[in-house]
Amino acid sequence: MLELRIAGRDFGQPVLGEISTTIERGDRICLLGPSGIGKTTLLNAIAGLDKTMPAEAVHGRDGIRVGYLFQEHRLLPWRTLEANLQLVGATELEAENYLGQVGLRGYGRYLPDQLSLGMARRAALARCLAVKPDLLLLDEPFASLDPVMAGELKALVGTLLDAHPGMAMICVTHDGADAKILANRLWYLDGKPARLQWDEPVGEPRLIEELLGQLRKPELSV
Amino acid sequence: MKTSSGRPPVWSYWIVLPSFVLLWMLVAWFIQSPLLPTPLNVLDTLVRESASGELWHHLGATLGRVVVAFIVAMALGTAIGIVMGRSRTTNALFDPLLVLMLNLPALVTIILMYVWFGLVEVAAVTAVVINKVPNVAVTVREGARSLDYRLEDMATVYDFTRWQRFREVWVPQLFPYLMAATRGGLALIWKIVLVVELLGRSSGVGFQLHMAFQVFDVAAILAYSLAFIAVVQVIELAVLQPLERRSSRWRQPEAAHA
Repeated sequence: MLELRIAGRDFGQPVLGEISTTIERGDRICLLGPSGIGKTTLLNAIAGLDKTMPAEAVHGRDGIRVGYLFQEHRLLPWRTLEANLQLVGATELEAENYLGQVGLRGYGRYLPDQLSLGMARRAALARCLAVKPDLLLLDEPFASLDPVMAGELKALVGTLLDAHPGMAMICVTHDGADAKILANRLWYLDGKPARLQWDEPVGEPRLIEELLGQLRKPELSV
Repeated sequence: MKTSSGRPPVWSYWIVLPSFVLLWMLVAWFIQSPLLPTPLNVLDTLVRESASGELWHHLGATLGRVVVAFIVAMALGTAIGIVMGRSRTTNALFDPLLVLMLNLPALVTIILMYVWFGLVEVAAVTAVVINKVPNVAVTVREGARSLDYRLEDMATVYDFTRWQRFREVWVPQLFPYLMAATRGGLALIWKIVLVVELLGRSSGVGFQLHMAFQVFDVAAILAYSLAFIAVVQVIELAVLQPLERRSSRWRQPEAAHA
């Protein structure tokens, strides 16, 4: 579906090194790595937000629809949830429906700032669904939520992925436990400049921890 | 105005201005000069001019010029402000010109327009527009510089059309700046329109002031000025304030689940 041929990216100093891989339909990728290593930079590049990158660095993006769940909700604060969803192409009925899917049925007339952080993030997730994405990008979707809300959202994302088996997902996280629940493929970004140190399907769930343990060791010794 | 303890009582709005009128009345009675008519004299003139239809004719002419100049100046100034606020290169290219235009006296523009294009309506309105555009551009540029890049990225990812980006993402963020430009603009424009009328038109409040000045008819001068101040006040109360209330409602939503 997508072919990454990123030559590198630097902001004064090199951040991303060469990254080449492919993303297929149904891939559920968890992108792990130390904080500040460039995970969001990579996600923005895939989403096409990095104007310095040539178009062929992410080959095939023109034909696909992308839903991006940013760290902040980034809903338009002056528009109701309903209007926010309609702006990306949903009809009134669909908007209500997508809000229902994320557990916000009946909240269509609320403004984003009237909601709690967890609810706003779910509303933003509903907007991702409203574009009927081929690729879903999640940037630390469970950060700064309390454990109960994070758990609920995780289960919700899992359900949505099962309901749309053709959809690919890339989820930035630094919690290996997220990968156990959501991922069928693992990326580990590390180094200076950062490269994908690991790009393999996920096998046994318990292997993830061992793997992360091994991958993170050099980090400790630095 | 709202204070921390809530709204001030209604009567507080009705102290200073009526006292001022009272003072004017006392002074006028005391010195008994035609150069300072009493408020009642002014009201008399206002009623007479209004009954003869003169007031409405000239008020209408001025208002028409103000409205046209205002719309054109706001549209041009907003466009220039957005482009200069979004592109550093364009800003660097045109900033010196903008500073020059900002400091160009209104009177110079008006005289030049009349000299070059004759004493015609288009020259009059163009002169007003040229005076106002730089102010709008500078204000809107400030707003365009502070547009939230996170919402820009969002609009890019979700393939907003140009119109959607302008209407849904930019205008709400620029609104306070547009409002400031509108308020300042209205006040500035009608004052410049009067000068334009005084120098080269044969209708409008400015023209009437010119006539009244030649015979030192202070009552007429005050009557016409007050009439137009009233018009601007009506625009403020009937158009601007409701617009502002409606557009700012999202800023203080009742906390439902915060």
